[in-house]
Amino acid sequence: MAGGAASGGSAASDTYKQARHWLLMPSWLVLGLFVFAPVCVMVIYSFLTKEFRGGVIWEPTLTAYDQFFFDRGLFGDSDPVLQWTYIGIFWRSIWQAGLATILSLVIGFPTAYFIATRPAKTRALWVFLVTIPYWVNLLIRTVSMKFLLRDEGPMNDALLSVGLIGEPLQIVNTNLAVQLGLFYSYLPFMVLPIYASVERYNFAMSEAAADLYATKWTTLRRIVLPAVKPGVIAGCVLVFVPSLGAFLAPDLLGGAKNFMIGSLIEDQFKGNAGNWPFGAAASMILLSMVLVVLILFARQQRRAEAVT
Amino acid sequence: MNDNVEIAVDVRDAIKRYGDFTALQQISLSIRDNEFFTLLGPSGCGKTTLLRMIAGFEDVTEGGIYLFGDEIKTLPPHKRPVNTVFQNYALFPHMTVLENVGFGLEMKGSSRKDAAKRAAEMLELVQLSQFAKRKPAQLSGGQQQRVALARALAPSPKVLLLDEPLSALDLKLRKAMQIELKHIQRETGITFIFVTHDQEEALTMSDRIAVMSAGELQQLGAPRDIYELPRNMFVADFIGDTNLLEVSVDKIEGGRAQCHIGGGHELICDAVDGVNVGAKVHLSVRPERLVLSDQASDGNSLKGTVTENIYIGTDISTMLDLEDGPKITVRTSNTERGNKRLIQPGSPAFVNMEAGAARLLVD
Repeated sequence: MAGGAASGGSAASDTYKQARHWLLMPSWLVLGLFVFAPVCVMVIYSFLTKEFRGGVIWEPTLTAYDQFFFDRGLFGDSDPVLQWTYIGIFWRSIWQAGLATILSLVIGFPTAYFIATRPAKTRALWVFLVTIPYWVNLLIRTVSMKFLLRDEGPMNDALLSVGLIGEPLQIVNTNLAVQLGLFYSYLPFMVLPIYASVERYNFAMSEAAADLYATKWTTLRRIVLPAVKPGVIAGCVLVFVPSLGAFLAPDLLGGAKNFMIGSLIEDQFKGNAGNWPFGAAASMILLSMVLVVLILFARQQRRAEAVT
Repeated sequence: MNDNVEIAVDVRDAIKRYGDFTALQQISLSIRDNEFFTLLGPSGCGKTTLLRMIAGFEDVTEGGIYLFGDEIKTLPPHKRPVNTVFQNYALFPHMTVLENVGFGLEMKGSSRKDAAKRAAEMLELVQLSQFAKRKPAQLSGGQQQRVALARALAPSPKVLLLDEPLSALDLKLRKAMQIELKHIQRETGITFIFVTHDQEEALTMSDRIAVMSAGELQQLGAPRDIYELPRNMFVADFIGDTNLLEVSVDKIEGGRAQCHIGGGHELICDAVDGVNVGAKVHLSVRPERLVLSDQASDGNSLKGTVTENIYIGTDISTMLDLEDGPKITVRTSNTERGNKRLIQPGSPAFVNMEAGAARLLVD
């Protein structure tokens, strides 16, 4: 996000500036074709009328948004009443993604700290180990997770045989399963940025704090955390945003009761029950929420840069 | 040593090992209260390790460390009443200068208000009051250095540890800070333990110096003793410039030793404990204690030929080949009188010295 240093004048710097424009072309092309254009389509579709069996009719309307927020009765002619069905799904998604983020942070921070404080030679190995699960497709990992967690699965078997529990824990098809799934899916996105910032951290500052009578806990809170905050925030954004729109983990691990936005949107574009404008409108609302998070994040980063 | 002088830090037979490597070999030294004490040595000599052991950042493998009589080697750093000025300052970048300086006080239990008040006083001491609200990154290196000093002094430590605090500064600033540090030490009366590899810095600032090499204490004494009466080759060579001559001791009588160097040159110098008749040892003599002349003196006088005069500003350095013997360097001060004594290269000359100028080295 840092702007290029465009101090002009000399012929050489102008040449480089021009070259920079040309070098950026492929990126602009990809962004335009695969990000900007689809978003435009989505914006337009969200204001169109739905056709049965999918597709749209080119008649501008606000029905999709209206349907998201208001209930107008079975035949659509009653007075609009604010309805909570979809807002509830959104709220639950935020809640689920938030818990998954917190869980990732609680597990990911010590992990990242541990890796960053290993001797330089072994750090690369630890980072590699963290990324290993990503060599396997997310769908397969999520299904395996379901297998592990189910009532007769290995986890319950093990806990039963040790005698920790009397009867199997019911985890699959609960919110907990969804959080665990999301947490597991996105944990490395938490670990890696935090690792990067802890690695850059100057541990002489921790010594200085200890020298100035700070306990280990106070040192962590007052010195280490503020110093690695950009990494922590980046990790939280990288876990929260994809968790919010995830549909594999909620679908496979949460069952029908634990619907999230991702699944809601997915369903609108699947099969005959679909409602494209409504799916597009829901996507728009999701996108605006994510943008708000990202803008807050960018602002924080800029403030952090101004400090150091 | 005076009995009424209190010992601030007592290091007793301290040993530090990292696996098979011994960083410190059984060091014992007593640092007096209110003293400016310097640990001097080349990099890797163990001086920083010893400092970090006093601060609590390194375990003591064997032996003990006592602070005003109390054993502290088992205390974690945050419980030791000593503070450190770190080599690269280690200031907290997200805090203002004032918050940095007040941090230690706050951790010791002062209220934020009291900490800020005392921190402001400390900033005044180091003449940085106008920068209180800035972040460390907005200060120059020299200013950051003074913030680090104020931060370490603010909690009124019993002993202040300084780990090469001036090494990152340029020469002019370093000289100014040397004097300022010395003043602050006198003003506050706090015991300073200062680590440096710069012998000139050590001589300028210290009350006493411990010269270290390869994890061992080589010599401990006042700057003048260390410079004028080095105990061994390492100290003589490390501190300042010197001429090291191989000598054989022929006779010891009445506190004087008679020896000769290659080529049959005779020399009389003070006898030293540990150097006996017949010993082949080294003799150290500082270039500025030698006098160049066209005539031999009554006392020690070595005959040679001038090979080169080198102008070095305050002095002229003259190299000579002694007759059938080693090379020797003489420093003559760049004054009218000194310049008159200079002899052109290629001409014969005498190098004269008093008996007290040369020093026999134990090893």
